[in-house]
Amino acid sequence: MLNYTIRRLFFAIPTMLFISLVIFVVIKLSPSDPTAGMPLTIPPEVREKIREALGFNDPIHIQFFLWLKQLVYTEPKFWMNKLWGTDFEVGQRMISYATRSPVMDLVVQRIPQTLWVVGISYIVGILIAVPLGIISAYKQYSIFDQIGTFISMIGFSVPTFFTGVLMILLFSVTLGWFPSIYDTTHEVTDWSSFIYQVKQSIMPIMVLGLFNAAQISRYMRASMLENLTQDYVRTARAKGVKERSVVLVHVLRNSMIPVVTVIALNLPSVFGGALITEQVFQVNGLGQLLILAIQGGDVPVVQTVTVIFAVLIVLFSLIADVLYGMLDPRIRYD
Amino acid sequence: MKSLKTLLLGTAAAMVAVSGAYADGHEGKRGRDGEVKIIYWQAPSILNPYLSGGTKDVESSSMIVEPLARFNERGELVPFLAESIPTVGNGGVSADLKKITWKIKPGLKWSDGTDFTSADVAFTAQYCMDPAGGCAQSAKFEGIDSVETPDPLTVVVNFKEPKPVPYNAFVGGQSPIIQAAQFKDCLGAKAPECTSANFGPIGTGPFVVTNFKPNDVIQMKANENFREEGKPAFASVTFKGGGDAAAAGRAVMETGEFDYAWNMQLAPDVLKKMAEGGKGTPISAFGTLVERLEMNMTDPSASLAEGERATAKHPHPILSDANVRRALSMAIDRPLLVEIGYGQAGRPTCNLVPAPQAWASDNTACLKQDLEGAKKLLDEAGWKIGAGGIREKDGKKFKLTYQTSTNAVRQDFQAIIKQNWKEIGVDTELRNISGSVFFGGDPASPDTFQKFYADVEMYANNFDGTDPEVYLSQYKCDKAPRPESQWQGENINRYCNADYDKMIVELSKTADLSKRQELAKKMNDMLTKDSMTIVPLVDRGRVSAASVTLGGVVLNTWDSELWNVADWYRKK
Repeated sequence: MLNYTIRRLFFAIPTMLFISLVIFVVIKLSPSDPTAGMPLTIPPEVREKIREALGFNDPIHIQFFLWLKQLVYTEPKFWMNKLWGTDFEVGQRMISYATRSPVMDLVVQRIPQTLWVVGISYIVGILIAVPLGIISAYKQYSIFDQIGTFISMIGFSVPTFFTGVLMILLFSVTLGWFPSIYDTTHEVTDWSSFIYQVKQSIMPIMVLGLFNAAQISRYMRASMLENLTQDYVRTARAKGVKERSVVLVHVLRNSMIPVVTVIALNLPSVFGGALITEQVFQVNGLGQLLILAIQGGDVPVVQTVTVIFAVLIVLFSLIADVLYGMLDPRIRYD
Repeated sequence: MKSLKTLLLGTAAAMVAVSGAYADGHEGKRGRDGEVKIIYWQAPSILNPYLSGGTKDVESSSMIVEPLARFNERGELVPFLAESIPTVGNGGVSADLKKITWKIKPGLKWSDGTDFTSADVAFTAQYCMDPAGGCAQSAKFEGIDSVETPDPLTVVVNFKEPKPVPYNAFVGGQSPIIQAAQFKDCLGAKAPECTSANFGPIGTGPFVVTNFKPNDVIQMKANENFREEGKPAFASVTFKGGGDAAAAGRAVMETGEFDYAWNMQLAPDVLKKMAEGGKGTPISAFGTLVERLEMNMTDPSASLAEGERATAKHPHPILSDANVRRALSMAIDRPLLVEIGYGQAGRPTCNLVPAPQAWASDNTACLKQDLEGAKKLLDEAGWKIGAGGIREKDGKKFKLTYQTSTNAVRQDFQAIIKQNWKEIGVDTELRNISGSVFFGGDPASPDTFQKFYADVEMYANNFDGTDPEVYLSQYKCDKAPRPESQWQGENINRYCNADYDKMIVELSKTADLSKRQELAKKMNDMLTKDSMTIVPLVDRGRVSAASVTLGGVVLNTWDSELWNVADWYRKK
């Protein structure tokens, strides 16, 4: 298993290089301009000078290799200096066009919020989805199953930018329970500030959580249904095993195998969903950073954040494969 | 007491804006009113306006760094860090118009407690004029030969050529003074490396940055060294950025979470509905922003070779006829456009320069829709109604492509104007392009507004300050975007008129204000009602939203909206 993991990680390097090249070329081919958002009162000569100063007009291969060098060489040195007090010579770090500050600082500043919202919403999603899927499958075509199916279909098909705004209208504007704008300067220091943190994150978490729950519960239900009709279930029942253990021990464990894979595989795509939810609630996460960077033609930020997402996808698909092997003894990689 | 106050206000005209807060009986200790929360739906990404021309960055930093003088809400210059406005009359501007002498208020301190001197002003010029720095405001410093500092409170700016309007550098929100000590190692190519200075400039303004998260939020506290006693009234500011105009409007007018929201670009009915929330009100003011149709004077046809397409080599087959352009303008129902798109935030206009009053031409002929007159003009021009009600001439159909940026109001405008034109037998194909592409200057993209691969396009533009000289000079022949200029240039229509070019030169040499105004009006008329090269539609105001509890707000379209934030207070 370890060999397999190492081999996969090794093969991931050319994949990542290729992905970042493709992303870079796509961004460069799309018409974007870091000065597009400036007022028209700024004359074209000045704009040209700005583009010049940003290195926007350099040949495309130089821009790519400079970016790559900064990402895999300059940045690690900087962070090593920062974390372990080493004393490497750090060159020019990767600079964002819009903020003229190091891109990685922006990314590091924003990761916690994304992890908090995405992470909790994913856990909430799983906590809702697994029981829902189990009961729906066990009592197939019951009222509960019908309602569950209906709700998860809605959750699945209604986009988060719609449910998000709907929730704001209901809970912020009409009822006034929760703030409509996420206070990113809020610090949790005591019980009441923790309550506020819960209050302000509950809407984005629920919007994303319901979206995730809808997906996972469908997988859970299908997987349970498949296993409930298997011979080993009948055997277990015939042996006189309690119904509770039949479902929750025998069936559930076997049904979890594909679901765990789905959960791991889906995690990166949740970041995609978070993109829009973060924008709706103004959570200052990675998704919001990416959207603003795309709007502002901020190539280094777009490139870096997309590559981070790509790394996450490659990493989580590896994790899914490894988990699958661990959970299912029939699968062996070596 | 009251009469004394009136007297004071009367004598010191320049002080009017500054003492505005006192006029409605509000004074007290600095920081007495706690926190004020401002929301801009475009998030500030940097607090150094010299490295970003974006409005969001210029306006947010205007709370921290200040210029020598600003424009007030009537477009008049008022001194901020300067003692008075230099003019030829008071000897501040030399008779040959090549020198302006600014006197700085004595005793000014930076927020870190050090003295503000003329060296800082001279350094600011050096910083922005460094060719390697990519300074976004370098146009403001154009024509400056040298900046001298004979003593710590005097700044002398020498121009290469006579400058009839010398109020560009160090004036207005785009050109504030930065501290020499803080930025001394940030000149030229090093400018972007100074992240901490760019994110937390030391200033003379009412507030000081305590925490800045780029593209998200700024936290500020009152500047203890601010020059006016008892100001600002607020001890701290939370300046949130991001989201969209609707969310910002909701947060001020419906939920009351924020006190001030910038630029409510929303449909009038949406805005009205929000205002019913009762927690805030929309406020509006007019500046020089005009939404207009630009007529392409060159042929954008795709059948022409790249490099010749949309260049002066090929005049436009339909729109080269001034009467045709006039007919297109006459067919447009401008009052309806305003009603649907802008409500109280717009008014129909026929002028490219709609304000200030003294500069605006009395050109109102286009305000009333005249379909019959338009049809008559087209008939006379030889465009006869053909199959399907579309006009034809020599077998060629009257069909136009009409492009603009993607934006709900603009798409409404396109639909209405398409309908207007259909009534006079003109077929229109509509396109909309994402703003970041349309306004981006990528010479390789066929969709930029400069390249103008369409017959008609629509956008809005304005000018800084109150003098339209630079703005009107954009329509010079050689400023047309073309392959040789990498498709850069401001003369979008490729308008070319030798008489107009002569008037540009004349304007740049005229110092007498009334003569300047007369000339500017004439130039405005040449572009609009005489030639219909530019077809103005709507004079667009600025709408922002302020909480009902926020006092002292004076919406200003001539400078940063937050220009008088030092005077803001909480109504009790």
